[in-house]
Amino acid sequence: MTQLDDIIIDIRGLTFYRGERAIFRDVDIQVPRGKITAIMGPSGTGKTTLLKLIGGQLKPDSGEILLDGQNVPNLGRRALFRIRERMGMLFQSGALFTDMSVYENVAFPLRVHTRLPEEMVRDLVLMKLQAVGLRGARDLMPSELSGGMARRVALARAIALDPDVLMYDEPFTGQDPIAMGVLVNLIKRLNEATGHTSIIVSHDIQETMGIADRIYILADGGVIAQGSPEQLMAENSPQVKQFIDGLPDGPVPFHFPADDYQSDLMLGLNNG
Amino acid sequence: MVEFIAATGRAGLNRVAAFGRAAIFLMQSLVARPAPLHMLPLLLRQIYVVGVQSLIIIIVSGLFIGMVLGLQGYTILVAYGSEQAVGQMVALSLVRELAPVVTALLFAGRAGSALTAEIGLMKATEQLASLEMIGVDPLRRIVAPRFWAGFLCLPILSAVFALVGVYGGALVGVEWLGIYEGSFWANMQNSVDFFDDVLNGCIKAVVFGFVVTWIAVYQGYDSVPTSEGISQATTRTVVYASLAVLGLDFVLTALMFGDL
Repeated sequence: MTQLDDIIIDIRGLTFYRGERAIFRDVDIQVPRGKITAIMGPSGTGKTTLLKLIGGQLKPDSGEILLDGQNVPNLGRRALFRIRERMGMLFQSGALFTDMSVYENVAFPLRVHTRLPEEMVRDLVLMKLQAVGLRGARDLMPSELSGGMARRVALARAIALDPDVLMYDEPFTGQDPIAMGVLVNLIKRLNEATGHTSIIVSHDIQETMGIADRIYILADGGVIAQGSPEQLMAENSPQVKQFIDGLPDGPVPFHFPADDYQSDLMLGLNNG
Repeated sequence: MVEFIAATGRAGLNRVAAFGRAAIFLMQSLVARPAPLHMLPLLLRQIYVVGVQSLIIIIVSGLFIGMVLGLQGYTILVAYGSEQAVGQMVALSLVRELAPVVTALLFAGRAGSALTAEIGLMKATEQLASLEMIGVDPLRRIVAPRFWAGFLCLPILSAVFALVGVYGGALVGVEWLGIYEGSFWANMQNSVDFFDDVLNGCIKAVVFGFVVTWIAVYQGYDSVPTSEGISQATTRTVVYASLAVLGLDFVLTALMFGDL
């Protein structure tokens, strides 16, 4: 494991249950400052939940989530909203405000958190929209956008305030190959230019491995592997190999836990 | 048997917990009123959506109820030769009871259900979560302006309802059935007291505005973010708000007029 000296988010002993099901059991994750950290893993391993825990939208059952030394779960309502001004989050669905145009959506964080003159807001919004290739779509309403376009607008909104930490929830899903290439580059360039910390949750192994500095692979309520992309590629653990190579058979089950298939089918026959 | 007692207890505890959540939610929304400069455009927009757009249904309903009251009042009172008292009857029934109660019921159906569905859908499409992550409190930005708009609009709508209703009563009583205009209005003027009738009616409308809007915004905010969850929340808003209005109306009437 590489020695990490400058940590912006330090997660220690994180345990989180949804009902009876443990999503995380005593998980430790360190996010280095100014780098791109990827959180990967099969569906249902709590990747999005992890982002919500970091953002304080969910509270863990135990453990600490320290953002620059401040324990997010212990913050009061006001302090929590203040610390969120330092975070940007790109939601899986885009989560644009449906009663505002594309332009107004991107301008929203600037209007509520700054007192910039309108001309400057306009320039900033157009710059952010230009970066995601949608400057021409500024007057459209969210209902007129495709899923991929909506997510790009949401990305422009998430970077509007140049936050310290940017969390991307499945940024590549639903993007055509051209937009995908542009987005991968954009995330990398943004990271280098502004020096903010990025956390990417994604299934897209090629794209994510190409830009991430550090990767955590989650499965079975814990971290099964971590390290640089090169370290993970060289990893011999069958779980990691199965995930990276996309193999259906292996230690990571494709099926949600269930009773034996054959006896389950027979149960219907017997009951009938 | 034990299971039944346990289930009853659980249901009771869930109700109490839900009521507690609703009370905390209300406190946070009221304490978190947005700064006046930011609040004003949001509030005005909600007053337009919740209040102005409800005007048509309120005016039409008020007119018809006033007309029905005039007609029914006339057919009853004419048997005693007191048809001049129709004006008094129409005005008192409207100002004391029908205006606040029917307005609140219509408001729950027209604006309350819309508030619940809107906030519920915002929750389902992660718009509330995304506001939180932008560092904006959804209680401040979304809930507070809607709550205040409903609270302010219902008493005004109730006054409009009463005014139009009285006009409807006059239309039927005076214009159609030929009650002498002077006695129609004079009887009304003499019998309707500002404090006992008009003010008490206003107090009812204010209480109903508070309760109906509270139920509507809370049900939206607390809804399960699925299509079924939002549909159930919308139904709950109309049912709970209607029952609360009718129940509270009895309590308030007993407090206001019980010693007569």
